[in-house]
Amino acid sequence: MKIPADLRYTKDHEWAKIDGGTATFGITDYAQDALGDIVFLELPTVGASFKAGDALGVVESVKAVSDIFAPLSGEVTAVNEELTKAPETINTDAYAAWMVKIKIADPNEAKALMDAAAYKKLVAEVAK
Amino acid sequence: MSKSYGPCDTPGARGLALCEPTLFERSTPGRVGYSLPRVDVNEPPPLPAELLRDEPAAWPELSEVEVVRHFTRLSQYNYGVDSGLYPLGSCTMKYNPKINEDVCRLAGFADVHPAVAHQGLLRLIYELEQFLAEIAGMDAVTCQPAAGAHGELTGMLIIRAYHASRNDPRSKVIIPDTAHGTNPASAAICNYQVVPLKSNEQGLIDPDALAAVMDESVAAIMITNPNTLGLFEENVDRAAHIVHERGGLVYYDGANLNAIMGYTRPGDFGADVLHFNLHKTFSTPHGGGGPGAGPVGVKKHLEPFLPRPVIRKKGRQYALDFDRPQSIGRMRSWCGNVGVLIRAYAYIREMGAAGLKRSSELAVLNANYLRVMLQDLYKVAQDRPCMHEVVFTEKGLPNDVPMLDVAKRLMDYGFHPPTIYFPLVVKGAMMIEPTESFEPESLDAFITAMRDIYREAQENPALLHHAPYNTVVRRLDEVRAARNPKLTADME
Repeated sequence: MKIPADLRYTKDHEWAKIDGGTATFGITDYAQDALGDIVFLELPTVGASFKAGDALGVVESVKAVSDIFAPLSGEVTAVNEELTKAPETINTDAYAAWMVKIKIADPNEAKALMDAAAYKKLVAEVAK
Repeated sequence: MSKSYGPCDTPGARGLALCEPTLFERSTPGRVGYSLPRVDVNEPPPLPAELLRDEPAAWPELSEVEVVRHFTRLSQYNYGVDSGLYPLGSCTMKYNPKINEDVCRLAGFADVHPAVAHQGLLRLIYELEQFLAEIAGMDAVTCQPAAGAHGELTGMLIIRAYHASRNDPRSKVIIPDTAHGTNPASAAICNYQVVPLKSNEQGLIDPDALAAVMDESVAAIMITNPNTLGLFEENVDRAAHIVHERGGLVYYDGANLNAIMGYTRPGDFGADVLHFNLHKTFSTPHGGGGPGAGPVGVKKHLEPFLPRPVIRKKGRQYALDFDRPQSIGRMRSWCGNVGVLIRAYAYIREMGAAGLKRSSELAVLNANYLRVMLQDLYKVAQDRPCMHEVVFTEKGLPNDVPMLDVAKRLMDYGFHPPTIYFPLVVKGAMMIEPTESFEPESLDAFITAMRDIYREAQENPALLHHAPYNTVVRRLDEVRAARNPKLTADME
C-alpha cells in the first residue's frame, strides 16, 4: 500500500497535495484497492466552490458508489477531464490520477489533515 | 458432513446445459412460423413512401418450434426459488406457494376490466389493508404503490405533505448507514437532504449520535429494523422518541419485516409510516422485473394524506372515496398491482396469525443455524445472534481470497450466491438470508459447500478466482460490462 510522504490525507481516504495557494486532490491507494475496479467518475466543474468535507464528486466501482469529499475548502480551478474518460487509471496509480485542483480558501484547514505517518496508522486500524 | 458434488446432485448444476445461440444467429432466410390465408379483401392503400424502409428489417426468421426450443432452453438456464436455495440477503427469496397462483387466476379476478372495481375485489383489497395494518401496528394502509421503492416514495411524499400542512417544511432526512440501500434515493427524490448516521460498534443506531444530528430541520428518520446487518435495533424506541420530540417522523422500511411478524410491530416501536414488500414478506413472486407491490401503512395523524382513492366500507358495501382534500394524490392507476395483492391475501389467509409468526421464527432460526455452523471459518460482521440474515466479512479468508470468488464458486456447487458487498459498512460483505422456506437438508448442503470452498481457498485460491466452471457461462467480465455496456443488437 503506497502512502507518499509529501501528501496530506483525510479519514475518508482522499489525498491532498498542497503547493502554495493551490491544492490537488485525489483518492488514496487504499481507497482504490478497497473500491476495486473503478468504472465511473463524476467530477465538479471549474468555478464550483466547496467547503472541507463537502462531497465534490462520485466514484463508482463494480462493488460500490462513494462520494469523494473535499479535503480543504476552496474554488475549483482545474478538473482532470481525461480521468473521467479513463477512470480505471485510478486503479493503476491513485496518486498520478489527480481529480481536481482548488484555490485554497483557508490555509489553516491543512493542519487538520493527516500526514503520511498518521494516515498509515489509520489504514492499519481499518484493515484489522 | 463431507459430500462430493456431481452435476446432478445439486439443483443449480445441470447435466444437460445446451449452448444456445441468439435468435439472430439461428435465423434462416425465408423460414417462417406462421401461415396466413390468402388475402380475400381489397389491398389497403399503400403507406406513404417516406414512411417505408429502404429494405426489410433484419428480423430473425425461424419456425415456431425453433422459437419454442430457444425460449425453453433459456428458461432452463434460470435459477429461482423453485430450483433450490436462493439465500439472497435483504431480498427474502421465500417460496411462493402455488395456491396463490390458483387464487389470482380465478375468473372473477383475472378476467375483470380494471375500471370495474367490483365488490369482491374491493373487499379483498380492503381486508388485505386491514390485515397489513394489524401485522404492522398501523391505523390505515393503501395498496396502491407498485413496488418497494414506490412505497418509499409514497411514504416520503406523505411525510412532506404532513409537514407542509403544519407550515413547518423541513429539509433533512436522517438515514442510518445500516438502513436499506434504496432509502437515500427515496429521500433525495423528495428533495430532502440526506444526513447519514454512523452506526455504533455493535452495528446499531447510537441514540446519542442521533440526538446530536436531530433538530427542527429534520423531517424524518428512515429506519430498517432488523437493519441490513441482520441485527435488531435495540434502541429503536429511544431513537423514535428522540425524533418525535423534535417534531420529526419515523419511516420504517419494511424490507426486513419477515424477521419480526407476530413478535413485534413497527407501529409499537415508533413508526409513523412504513411500507411493506408483498413480494418479499408475503410470498408473491419477485425478481426478473415482474410486478411487486409496496403497500404503505400510516398512523392516524397521517391518514388524511394517503393516496386517493381510498376504499371505504359502508354497511356491507365497499366504495372508492375520492373526497380526500389533503391526499398526496394518486400513486398508481386503478387499484394497484391487483394480481400481487390477491396472492398476498391468499398467503395471509392460508398462514393465519400463528403461521406468520412461525415463519418469522424459522427465518431467524435458519439464519442463526448458518451463522453458528460457519462462524469458525467465516468471520461474522457482528459476533452475536442475528435475526433473519447473517453477514460475514472477507476479512481473514485464506490467501486474501475476495468474497466475490467465494460467491462465484458457490454456483459450481449449485446454489444461487448470496448478496455480496452489501451492506457497505462491512468489508467484503456476504449477506445470507435463507428464509423459512428451506428444509434442513438444503441448509446443510449449503453449509457443506461453504466449508468446502473455504478449504479450496486454502489449497488452491486460483481455482476460486476462475470459478464458476459448471455454469452455462463462466466468469463474467463485470468491469467491461460496466464500462462498455452493449445494450442493443446489431441490426443492419
